[in-house]
Amino acid sequence: MVTALALPRLLRLPAAGRRAVSVTERNVVALKSSYWVVLISGFFEPVLYLLSIGVGVGKLVGDLTLPGGVVVTYAAFVAPAMLASSAMTGALAETTFNFFGKMKYLKLYEGFIATPVRPFELALGELAWAMVRGSVYSAAFLVVMVAMDLTTAPRALLAFPAAVLVGFAFGGLGMALSTFMRSWQDFDLMGSAQFALFLFSGTFVPPDGYPVAIRWLVEASPLYQAVVLIRGITLGSPGWSQVGATVYLLAATVLGLVVAGRRMTKLLCK
Amino acid sequence: MIVARGLVKRFGSFTAVDGIDVEVRPGEAFGFLGPNGAGKSSTMRMIGCVSPPSGGTLRILGMDPRREGPAIRARLGVCPQLDNLDQELTVRENLTTYARFFGISRAVARARALELLEFVQLGERADSKVEPLSGGMKRRLTIARALVNEPDLVLLDEPTTGLDPQARHLVWERLFRLKQQGVTLVLTTHYMDEAEQLCDRLVVMDGGRIAAEGSPRALIERYSTREVVELRFQAESQEEYAGKLTGVAERIEVLPDRILLYVTDGDGALAEVHRRALAPASSLVRRSSLEDVFLHLTGRTLVD
Repeated sequence: MVTALALPRLLRLPAAGRRAVSVTERNVVALKSSYWVVLISGFFEPVLYLLSIGVGVGKLVGDLTLPGGVVVTYAAFVAPAMLASSAMTGALAETTFNFFGKMKYLKLYEGFIATPVRPFELALGELAWAMVRGSVYSAAFLVVMVAMDLTTAPRALLAFPAAVLVGFAFGGLGMALSTFMRSWQDFDLMGSAQFALFLFSGTFVPPDGYPVAIRWLVEASPLYQAVVLIRGITLGSPGWSQVGATVYLLAATVLGLVVAGRRMTKLLCK
Repeated sequence: MIVARGLVKRFGSFTAVDGIDVEVRPGEAFGFLGPNGAGKSSTMRMIGCVSPPSGGTLRILGMDPRREGPAIRARLGVCPQLDNLDQELTVRENLTTYARFFGISRAVARARALELLEFVQLGERADSKVEPLSGGMKRRLTIARALVNEPDLVLLDEPTTGLDPQARHLVWERLFRLKQQGVTLVLTTHYMDEAEQLCDRLVVMDGGRIAAEGSPRALIERYSTREVVELRFQAESQEEYAGKLTGVAERIEVLPDRILLYVTDGDGALAEVHRRALAPASSLVRRSSLEDVFLHLTGRTLVD
């Protein structure tokens, strides 16, 4: 009798997790041949940037001396930033375009929430899927980095979970943003913002040279924090700024999920 | 199964459902009949636990939808008004992935999908994409999807709206079988023939309120006569003939395109019309339907 009463309560959390996983599963089933094209394009983009700018422009730039006094090649400086931004791109692609399309045009989620699945679990399941996609990009890119001698294998292994965290953070933020989007036009704005982040988040140039106000702005951006975290791992020994970046990205993940869950409840459960 | 008391749904300043009392018993087919905008879909969404009530009390399967939504939804089957099937999946995958949302194991989900596809006569299309299916097939697939968790209560919002007559009859026939199996059905419709075919009991809704409640037969007996004579006159306005028909029927309704005479004996009334030398362009004697009940209760027709 006691177990019969206690059991439903104990099962509640696992049940929520299980339902979130079932949402992720739906995406795995939907993964059809055409989808691989999308996945592959997402992988090549950062590699092309790395080759053209990291290696190509790097020949003109020469080596860089980091604040710690370590001297690195320009390609080794750019590569972790490309990893961070590819984790961002992968996560955002899934949680913005695809997520918005499923919610607004396919009305897919209206069918989902007629089942025991709750909007928050739905957001969690979709985020987990976005993370899977981002992780595939990251793992492939890390292999390229090791092959090009831009980092060591142990460091790459450590950088992988960091890249996954980056994916989580951007996935959460992207999903939250998507719930505010009114039409596809709004995504153009987001695309521009994403590109600005990609160019100026300490990706190609250390932000030390920027005017103070802009430097603060850059340092507050999620991609900058992601770059700090991953560059710290692939180039040198991680320190306090990496701890700070980790906390920042964890907070962004939670914030994104909570906002997305609330907004979806509001949009779907009218 | 469902008990609602003074149930209200507001969207801002608009009141979609304005204090309705409903009770649905196990094993019956219960209908909400009314025109578009009567508050039927809002009511269904509240029963489906995807829309929180703005007022009143609602208990579904003995539970409170505000607190026990997932537990209630686990035992519901929902067929929405607009098909929201997963276009990226095949027919079969639509059922198996949906089953996973209920925590059904993969093996059971596969077996049940097969069974249900046979039931809705889509067995041969199992591995087809959803997109090329006809409207009727999509609707049958949506119904199959609503049954994947072996629900105690199935909610069908306008199950045959937009389907051609043949497709409608097939859906009705399947729903009738479900009913025979003892599944409780709750459906909304603005087709009186659908309500008559499927519902044991129904409420007539208009403007967010319940105008009448009972079995189709009881409603017709209470609010209409046994037979109806429909007359069409070739004239600018049917109105001018209405005056000349006084005394022919218990009640006369004048519509823009025809006049309805509510009578016990249709043929007798029609003979009287001809005796008065009022030659209608066409005439029809039929039995009273729920359409007449609705017209009597609200002064409007169901389908405009």
